[in-house]
Amino acid sequence: MNNILVLPLALPVLVGILLIFFRSNIPLQRWVSFAVMVVNLGLSIYLLHEIHTEGILRLDFGGWKPPFGISFVADSFSVLLVMTTSIVTAICLLFAFSSMDRSHEKMFFYSFVNLLVAGVNGSFLTGDLFNLYVCFEVMLLASYVLLALGGRKVQLKEAIKYVVINVVSSWLFIVGIAYLYGMVGTLNLAQLSQRIAESGQPPLITVISIVFLTVFALKAGLLLYFWLPGSYAAPPIAIAALFGALLTKVGIYAMFRMFTLVFYHQPVFTHTIIGVLAGLTLIGGSIGAVAYRDIRQIVVYNVIISVGFILIGLAVATPEAMEGSIYYLIHDMIVKALLFLLAGVMITLTKTARMDQISGLIRNYPLLGWMFFIVMLSMAGIPPFSGFIGKVLVGQGAIESGSYLLLALAFGSSILVLYSLLRVFLSCFWGETIIDEEEMITAKKGWLIPCAILTITTIGLGLGAESIATYVSEAANTLLNPDKYIDAVLND
Amino acid sequence: MKTNNVILRTVIKIVVFIILTLAVYLFFSGHDSPGGGFIGGLVLASAFVLLFIVEDIATIKKGIPVDFKRVAALGAFIAVATGFGAIIFGEPFLTQTFGHFNLPIFGETHLTTVTIFEAGVALTVVGVVVSIILSISRDV
Repeated sequence: MNNILVLPLALPVLVGILLIFFRSNIPLQRWVSFAVMVVNLGLSIYLLHEIHTEGILRLDFGGWKPPFGISFVADSFSVLLVMTTSIVTAICLLFAFSSMDRSHEKMFFYSFVNLLVAGVNGSFLTGDLFNLYVCFEVMLLASYVLLALGGRKVQLKEAIKYVVINVVSSWLFIVGIAYLYGMVGTLNLAQLSQRIAESGQPPLITVISIVFLTVFALKAGLLLYFWLPGSYAAPPIAIAALFGALLTKVGIYAMFRMFTLVFYHQPVFTHTIIGVLAGLTLIGGSIGAVAYRDIRQIVVYNVIISVGFILIGLAVATPEAMEGSIYYLIHDMIVKALLFLLAGVMITLTKTARMDQISGLIRNYPLLGWMFFIVMLSMAGIPPFSGFIGKVLVGQGAIESGSYLLLALAFGSSILVLYSLLRVFLSCFWGETIIDEEEMITAKKGWLIPCAILTITTIGLGLGAESIATYVSEAANTLLNPDKYIDAVLND
Repeated sequence: MKTNNVILRTVIKIVVFIILTLAVYLFFSGHDSPGGGFIGGLVLASAFVLLFIVEDIATIKKGIPVDFKRVAALGAFIAVATGFGAIIFGEPFLTQTFGHFNLPIFGETHLTTVTIFEAGVALTVVGVVVSIILSISRDV
């Protein structure tokens, strides 16, 4: 028993509810929400350390032992993601302080950000399939509100699409859960894994696994990303950055969890499909990233490329590739938030999202330009930035298992990422400046400081990868040895 | 409602009390038979909705001067707070406990902390349902 495990979920829920009563006191709302994220960050670092010394942690809600009760299970993989979520959300909140309209802030913006984070953290930490569904729903409900908040026409249009897609995929999710419960008779992830291992994953269960794959592919934007470009480009910058950094990652996490812990007996079938999907996602995302001239669309398609890239690690499933995926997942959450924020600042400053109408920004805003340059290098995987180690490890895994096609796609897409962003950089930051000294809007400190912190984080994560290396290899180790997880949950 | 529904109004005056009693009954019976906070809350909300239909919204709002969004938040807060209560006593999150007490009028009574949790659920349901109905009615 370790009650700290539930706090990354329970604290944001509690604060999210309490802030409803302090609707008009915006400074309080801001700093309390920020404080929650900082506390969560501290808790997750503490938990990482605990897991390192004591092994996987578990909390049984209400004292009901698994498999009968609901439990939270924290292994290094989940806690690393909780940690990154806290960092990214805290910084997005900092950005929101100076960029959100007051009317947005009054309409429970901070409450819903807290609830969104609660859902995300809950999904990472839960040890129960049905609870995973519930946490997904908490997260999605909050994201529906955040997407539609403000009620501009484009937001409402995209919100309808987003809600419909997610309701359908949630329905599929619950159908999958029902099938699985009917077949195996349990929803505790560890016991599911145990029972499926006993039966050797018969074909029917493999079919059910495909239902889950479809669900998570919809949520993560793996090939089924048709809904994503619109809905991530519509909301205000801070919210879009949160979405880009967090939402698809939860789908990816669920896919990793399910296909390493539960459905791992037929890799020739399931993991091959994941590989094919990941490859197609890389191709589709790359085409999108190169094709558009709208900065927002380019940024959004970069989210899709990274989804494909991370899932190559799962498809290959060697220890190196897993580690690489985890590094890349952490890197991607930070870098995507940064990219969305930078793109948002550019659009706010120039009042257009068309990259051919912007030029010479670096004269007016040198810091912004250099940060964009760094994020570009980081995303392309150039050392010493954080994308490098993930790319190398995933590549190494792909070579070891002989998946040369995936390897080619992965690194081909990296070049296209570089190309698509370099195009933005050259067009927007170089050349004749379009903004006169008189007309120049000063970039607020509140916009640049969060971006700077994220930039420092991506450099720090690249140079200091050693500091999280033990935790990442532990996480990869747990993912590849389901017995560890099962032992911690059932045989303790 | 513009038409003067004398019969409906008269009936509702009595029926609302029956519904409210049923809601409270369902709420307390939930501990070990069908019922509970969710169902009790729904029935409670139906009483409010009936009142809103028969009288106009302004009158009822004057009679029940609460913001139902806040009711929902308060309910959710109570439910989560019972979870945190367990943490304060060093038990796993959401642990519930019970005991038998000798109260002056009721005699020996079975009291449980889960009732507090259920009260939170009931308030949330009332708040959410009434808020939804009110915001729909505004559009029409």
